[in-house]
Amino acid sequence: MEDDAPVIYGLEFQARALTPQAAETDAIRFLVGTQSLKYDNQIHIIDFDDENNIINKNVLLHQVGEIWHISASPADKGVLATCYNQTSDSKVVTCAAVWRMPKELESGSHESPDDSSSTTQTLELLCHLDNTAHGNMACVTWEPMGDGKKIISLADNHLLLWDLQESSSQAVLSSSTALEGKGQLKFTSGRWSPHHNCTQVATANDTTIRGWDTRNMSQIYCIENAHGQLVRDLDFNPNKQYYLASCGDDCKVKFWDTRNIGEPVKTLDEHSHWVWNVRYNHSHDQLILTGSSDSRVILSNMVSISSEPFGHLVDEDDLSDQEEHHQEEKSKEPLPDSVIATYEEHEDSVYAVEWSSADPWLFASLSYDGRLVINRVPRALKYHILL
Amino acid sequence: MEAAAGPGPGPGPGASPEEPEAPERRRKAHGMLKLYYGLPEAEAAAPGATPDPRDPTDLNGAHFDPEVFLDKLRKECPLAQLMDSETDMVRQIRALDSDMQTLVYENYNKFICATDTIRKMKNDFRKMEDEMDRLAATMAVITDFSARISATLQDRHERITKLAGVHALLRKLQFLFELPSRLTKCVELGAYGQAVRYQGRARAVLQQYQHLPSFRAIQDDCQLITARLAQQLRHKFRDGGAGAPELAECVELLLALGEPAEELCDEFLAHARGRLEGELGSLEAELGPSSPAPDVLEFTDRGGSGFVSGLCQVVASYQELFSAQGPAGVEKLVAFARELGSRYFALVERRLAREQGSGDNSLLVRALDRFHRRLRAPGTMLPAAGLTEGATEIVERAARERLGQHLQGLCAAFSGCLTDVRQALAAPRLAGKEGPGLGELLASVSGAILGHIKASLAAVHLFTAKDVSFSNKAYFRGEFCSQGVREGLIVGFIRSMCQTARGFCDSPSEKGGATPPALLLLLSRLCLDYETSTISYILTLTDEQFLGQDHSPVTPVSALCGEARETARRLLTHYVKVQGLVVSQMLRKSVETRDWLTTLEPRNVRAVMKRVVEDTTAIDVQVGLLYEEGVRKAQSSDSSKRTFSVYSSSRQQGRYAPSYTPSAPMDTNLLSNIQKLFSERIDVFSPVEFNKVSVLTGIIKISLKTLLECVRLRTFGRYGLQQVQVDCHFLQLYLWRFVADEELVHLLLDEVVASAALRCLDPVPMEPSVVEVICERG
Repeated sequence: MEDDAPVIYGLEFQARALTPQAAETDAIRFLVGTQSLKYDNQIHIIDFDDENNIINKNVLLHQVGEIWHISASPADKGVLATCYNQTSDSKVVTCAAVWRMPKELESGSHESPDDSSSTTQTLELLCHLDNTAHGNMACVTWEPMGDGKKIISLADNHLLLWDLQESSSQAVLSSSTALEGKGQLKFTSGRWSPHHNCTQVATANDTTIRGWDTRNMSQIYCIENAHGQLVRDLDFNPNKQYYLASCGDDCKVKFWDTRNIGEPVKTLDEHSHWVWNVRYNHSHDQLILTGSSDSRVILSNMVSISSEPFGHLVDEDDLSDQEEHHQEEKSKEPLPDSVIATYEEHEDSVYAVEWSSADPWLFASLSYDGRLVINRVPRALKYHILL
Repeated sequence: MEAAAGPGPGPGPGASPEEPEAPERRRKAHGMLKLYYGLPEAEAAAPGATPDPRDPTDLNGAHFDPEVFLDKLRKECPLAQLMDSETDMVRQIRALDSDMQTLVYENYNKFICATDTIRKMKNDFRKMEDEMDRLAATMAVITDFSARISATLQDRHERITKLAGVHALLRKLQFLFELPSRLTKCVELGAYGQAVRYQGRARAVLQQYQHLPSFRAIQDDCQLITARLAQQLRHKFRDGGAGAPELAECVELLLALGEPAEELCDEFLAHARGRLEGELGSLEAELGPSSPAPDVLEFTDRGGSGFVSGLCQVVASYQELFSAQGPAGVEKLVAFARELGSRYFALVERRLAREQGSGDNSLLVRALDRFHRRLRAPGTMLPAAGLTEGATEIVERAARERLGQHLQGLCAAFSGCLTDVRQALAAPRLAGKEGPGLGELLASVSGAILGHIKASLAAVHLFTAKDVSFSNKAYFRGEFCSQGVREGLIVGFIRSMCQTARGFCDSPSEKGGATPPALLLLLSRLCLDYETSTISYILTLTDEQFLGQDHSPVTPVSALCGEARETARRLLTHYVKVQGLVVSQMLRKSVETRDWLTTLEPRNVRAVMKRVVEDTTAIDVQVGLLYEEGVRKAQSSDSSKRTFSVYSSSRQQGRYAPSYTPSAPMDTNLLSNIQKLFSERIDVFSPVEFNKVSVLTGIIKISLKTLLECVRLRTFGRYGLQQVQVDCHFLQLYLWRFVADEELVHLLLDEVVASAALRCLDPVPMEPSVVEVICERG
């Protein structure tokens, strides 16, 4: 267990889309969508064997187009949604669809199907999210902790709430709202808050962050000029209902309290180029992961604004395998807010970082050149948080 | 009378038959006479041939013994000789006898005469005795008479003495009786001193004899008059019209009148208080809001001549008059002086507080000097009242405040300069294409600031001038120089300047609209200049002018320089970010808004690229006005050719890609990855160095990286790709000259084209020659 060496997996194509398999809580599994204009695009199902440090992959064909965004259903392991480019002669339209992967791949097969590359399996289309009236789909997000029946998609300046019916074979637009204003407003990113009974969604367009109530599709809050430039991504603190992280082209990561949006609670300025992705750790919300087009992934420890500013008070069950588990007193000083590690394994811009849904100490990052890197939180910090 | 001294009346001649004895006696008598007449013995003994005087056989010796002589003669001498001796002896005796007779005859008369004389003397003495007796009797009579007379006069003498005493007493009494009228007169005439002297003379007597009714009456009268006198004196005392010396006289008189000193002290002080309060009141009136405030010098002058000199007089006369009062009196005076002094100080402080607005230091310093100087007199007279300390404190406070105002003034001047610069930067742009002349602006700003600093230093320096009375105080020699001027004013200003400048970097509006980039650049250069020379110059200047003797730690030059450098660096970095953002926004808009799928075959470089080059050139010029060129990586002049080859290779690869097997994309990846392996990681928003090339490199890096990211988000048609190719080549042609390392531009542009090729549905690149032609035409 002494090695914290990253595990690297290379895809043949450029890739931007990465998601953990949200419904899977035992195995470490990520889904990666590729971007290629010339060849059939693929979804790679990456299984990581933590004990043997081995990656197993399964490839599914995604023939409809290059994948810009991917998200997995929180309820059904086999269901996922993608946003993809559909190119006709003179037009590129970004569509979204809900897919089901073959049954046997749902929980990952452990024998490497190298020989089956010729007979690559294909995704089964469940339904299209009809966007003819709304424009390009920027992202699709599932209702967190839900039964996998509700999804929200962002299409140009529309916020669309869909109901998946008849075992997801039909998507019915249940409600929608549009962003009105000067110029061409376009949503770039959106996240569904796990708090407030899953009634809140936050979206980003240009430099503005907006909060929406999904029950009546009305705006709750609006942080104008949240970033100096375009806001690239958002994430909700899983444990603190009003806390929100955002990142953008001004190279900054900002933390907001949505009750008081005048000033960010905290600002990180560690990246040297646009920050594309920000993610809270699902269990320990002081751990913040960011990916940037400066080809770096940075793991920060924001103790002061986390839900555990004075250290962790509950023992984790998944610690049982740690050989040295000192039951010392929890009187230690909390660490100051700091950057824990900067990961430089990527050679190209990192467009996606994600925590594993199964192991809270493990995360994956994906750069444009198709390199997927799986890393762990440094052991010392892990123990510091746990003990 | 000689006879009396002689052997006395001897026997008559021939009366001594003893021959052997005769010469001896004669000799004896002769010797005595001789002795009497002082003849030397030797002469007398001349006839003898030095015989031994003890020889008993010597006839003429004193110890002659006739028996021995005879024995000797008989034994020794023969008869003849005896005979001879006998005859000789007889002859000698005869001779001696005759001699004796002659002598007696000769001296007889003398004896008789002496006897007569003695007899006469006897008679005279008897007469004299009688006269003496008579005299004694007469004297006794006189004594008797005298005693009688004395006895008779005794009585009279006593009476006369008594009378004389009575006379003196009567004169005193007369004085006493006249005293009331005299006093009255004196009082009427105003000769209070005389009156008090009279009263003082009479008081004891009156006191002693007050049991006698008449004296009592006089005393009462006197007391009455004295009381009136005292009253008058007090009246005069209270009247206030009299000057301090007269007052002092009054008090002296009153004291002489036996008024209780303590009360007088109080009254004296109360009175003095009244007067001094009047002075303070008039001073306060000058402070009133209605009347126009007199200048501060006049104010302190007036305070000095009115209040302080009044206080001085009071203190002096008090000390003179009541010196006998001991510590209690001094304490009273101290409390008095302290209270009034503090009120005066309060007034002065109020006045000084009004001075904040106006900037004339010399007037203030002179006023403070006067103020301080004036207070030295009462201060030394009465050190316990702490007037000097209070004055020094006020002066120090005023000096501190002045320093604060100067600091504010400097900061205000700095921001004023900045406003001017902003206007200057904004104005010419409206007017036309005239460059704002950043170099001149920088010179004028830094000159103006330096001028302000020097002016402030000069103004503040007045506080430490030799002829200023407080300049040798410890505060002005030490703390004022080091902590006040150096730290508070100069270091404080430089710090605040840096802070103001840094404020431009952290301004919330990160879009860069608020601060003109040129201002950032100018400030950065200004800070850098400060770091390299100005700070040390200013501090040296300050240290020279203010040779403080205090050795408290001061901010070292290096720390300030470091701060300035950091500020300059941040400003320049911010400048790069802002300018980079401007350019990259242009590029981004141009990529995002265009439909790259349906675009026509490129005929021209897009206008936006020309604009980018123009803007970059403008920035280059702008930066060049203030910053040095900087170093470029040495690169051969044929680099453009080499670049071209890189281009064509990437293009070729693109061209032949379709013919490859499905592994082709892998190769693309491989190629770009390998390329990256050999090139440095590009830190896009990296800190810049202080030179033009580094600044331009930073801006171009940011812009091209943006272009790359934007291209990756789009999908291109064939002509879209070709357009990107053309644009990139154009940029390549013009941008390389601005950057430190051309390779960087090549790499980034290559990557843009490669990415565009990857994002192209129909990647058919344009012929390099065509690209060149189009670019040249543009």
